[in-house]
Amino acid sequence: MQNLTKEILELIRRTSTDLPDDVEAKLRTAYTDEEDGSAAQGALDTILKNVDLARSNSTPICQDTGTPLFYVHYPEGLSTRKIKKMIVDAVTEATKLNYLRPNSVNAVTGANTGDNSGDDHYPTIHFEEVDENLPITFELMLKGGGCENVGAQYKLPNVAMHAGRDLAGVRKVVLDAVQKAQGKGCAPGILGVAVGGDRGGSYLASKETLLTKIGTKNPDAKLDALENQLTEEINQMGIGPMGFGGKTTVLDTKIKGLHRVPASFFVSVSYMCWAYRRRKMTVNGTEVIYD
Amino acid sequence: MKKLTLPISDEDISALKVGETVLLSGVMMTGRDAVHKWLNDAFIAKIVEPTEDDIAVFEAIKPILDGGIIYHCGPVVSGVDTGNYKFVAAGPTTSIREEPYQALVMELFNLKGVIGKGGMEAKTLQGCIDTPAVYFHAIGGAASLIAQSVQEVITVHKLDFGVPEAMWIINVKDFPVVVTMDSHGGSQHVDVDERSKKVLEKLMAKS
Repeated sequence: MQNLTKEILELIRRTSTDLPDDVEAKLRTAYTDEEDGSAAQGALDTILKNVDLARSNSTPICQDTGTPLFYVHYPEGLSTRKIKKMIVDAVTEATKLNYLRPNSVNAVTGANTGDNSGDDHYPTIHFEEVDENLPITFELMLKGGGCENVGAQYKLPNVAMHAGRDLAGVRKVVLDAVQKAQGKGCAPGILGVAVGGDRGGSYLASKETLLTKIGTKNPDAKLDALENQLTEEINQMGIGPMGFGGKTTVLDTKIKGLHRVPASFFVSVSYMCWAYRRRKMTVNGTEVIYD
Repeated sequence: MKKLTLPISDEDISALKVGETVLLSGVMMTGRDAVHKWLNDAFIAKIVEPTEDDIAVFEAIKPILDGGIIYHCGPVVSGVDTGNYKFVAAGPTTSIREEPYQALVMELFNLKGVIGKGGMEAKTLQGCIDTPAVYFHAIGGAASLIAQSVQEVITVHKLDFGVPEAMWIINVKDFPVVVTMDSHGGSQHVDVDERSKKVLEKLMAKS
C-alpha cells in the first residue's frame, strides 16, 4: 500500500491547530448568550481569540495535545501492521514539529519518551475493516488529560442517587458527573455517554460518540430527547465556561446504547473539553480529503 | 485593568479580591505534578535524600519563588534539541492535583501565588490566607494566546522530568489571569460548587 505518513502528519497538524467549524460556531453562540462583561464571556472571548491565533500560526490550540486517539477504517486486504507504523512515524514527526507535545510517560519509571512513542496502547489506534472497494479513512481525536480526568463510570442501581436501571437513572448519574467536574475539564464541554457494555467497552463507546458533529441527531428518539434534556438541565447548573459561573456548561450531549450482561448496568461519561479536536481524512487512491 | 510585576508584595496580594482581572509581568516558574512531588519528597516531608543536583536546583529557584509565582503548566516548547527554547503553546493545567502539596510549597518559598485552572480546595485556600497568596485562574486551552505573553525562556531545570514536567523559568509580559481564590478566604470555586449543587438537588428530585 502507499505510504501515508505525510498525509497522517497533515491530519495531526489540522487536528491540533484548527478547531472544527461546528465547535467554533457553537462557542460563538455561547459568547453572545453570556452576559456582556461577565467572566464567562471574557473566558469565551479569550478562547475564540486563541482559536483564531492557533489556526493562523499553525500552533496547538491547547498545549495538552492529549492522547492521540486514531480510528481507522481500512479496506479488506490492507495490513494493519503497516498502517500502525505509518501512524507512529507521523506522531513522532508531529512531535518534532511541535504539533504535539511529548506526552508519553512510562507510568512505572516516570520517564517521558520525548517523541510520543509508547506501547501497544499509545498512541491508541482502533481498526475496523470495511469492504475492499471502500476508501481508507483516518479519524483522529486529541483528548487532553484535564477532561479525561473528570470522566466517570457509574453502575446502576445507585442507591444514594435513587438512580435505577433505566434512562431516568442514566440522567441522574450524568447530572452528577457534570456537577462534580465543575470547570476542571475546561468547560464548556461536550459529553459522550455510553449506556451498557462491560467497563472497557462502555468507556470506549462513550468516546466514539464524540466523533460525530455537534448537534447530530440521535437515531433513537428516546436517546435524542434525553440528550437535549441533559444539555438543557446541565446548563441550568450555572457552572459556566472554566467554572466561572454562567449559562454555558456543556455544548452538547451524545448518548449511545450498548448491550450488557444481565448483572451489569454501566453508564460511562467521557467529558470532552471545549478544545474538541477531531478531524477526519479520507484517502481514495491519490485523492486525499480532509473534513 | 490591574497590572502587577513580580516579585509581588504582601500588600498587593492583600488588595486582590475574587473576580479581579490582573495582567502579570516578570519572571516566574512553571511547575506541576513532578515538581510538587519532588519538592515535597526532598525538601518538605524529607522522605528522599536530595542529590547535589536537587540542592543546586533548589537554591537556584529559591530567589525566583520568594515573592513569586508557580505556573501550573506543561508547555509545548520548540528548540529543545538546540537549547534555543521558545514557548509555542502554554495554557494552564488542572491545579487540583497539587492540592496535597500547594500550601506547603507556598509556605516553603514565600510564594505569592499560583496560576492554574479549575481552582483548588480548602488546604490551599488556608495556605492563601496564611502565606498570604492568591490563586490566579488562566483560561484553560488558550495555549497559543498565552504563549505570546511569554517574552523569553530564561532557563530550564530538571528537563529530565520531561518537557511538560520540567521547571521552565520564563519572563512574561501582561499575562492575563483572574483571581478566583484570594488571601481573605474568598473562593469563587466554592461559590459556584455550592450553587450548582443546589440546582443538582432540585434536578435530582424530579424523576
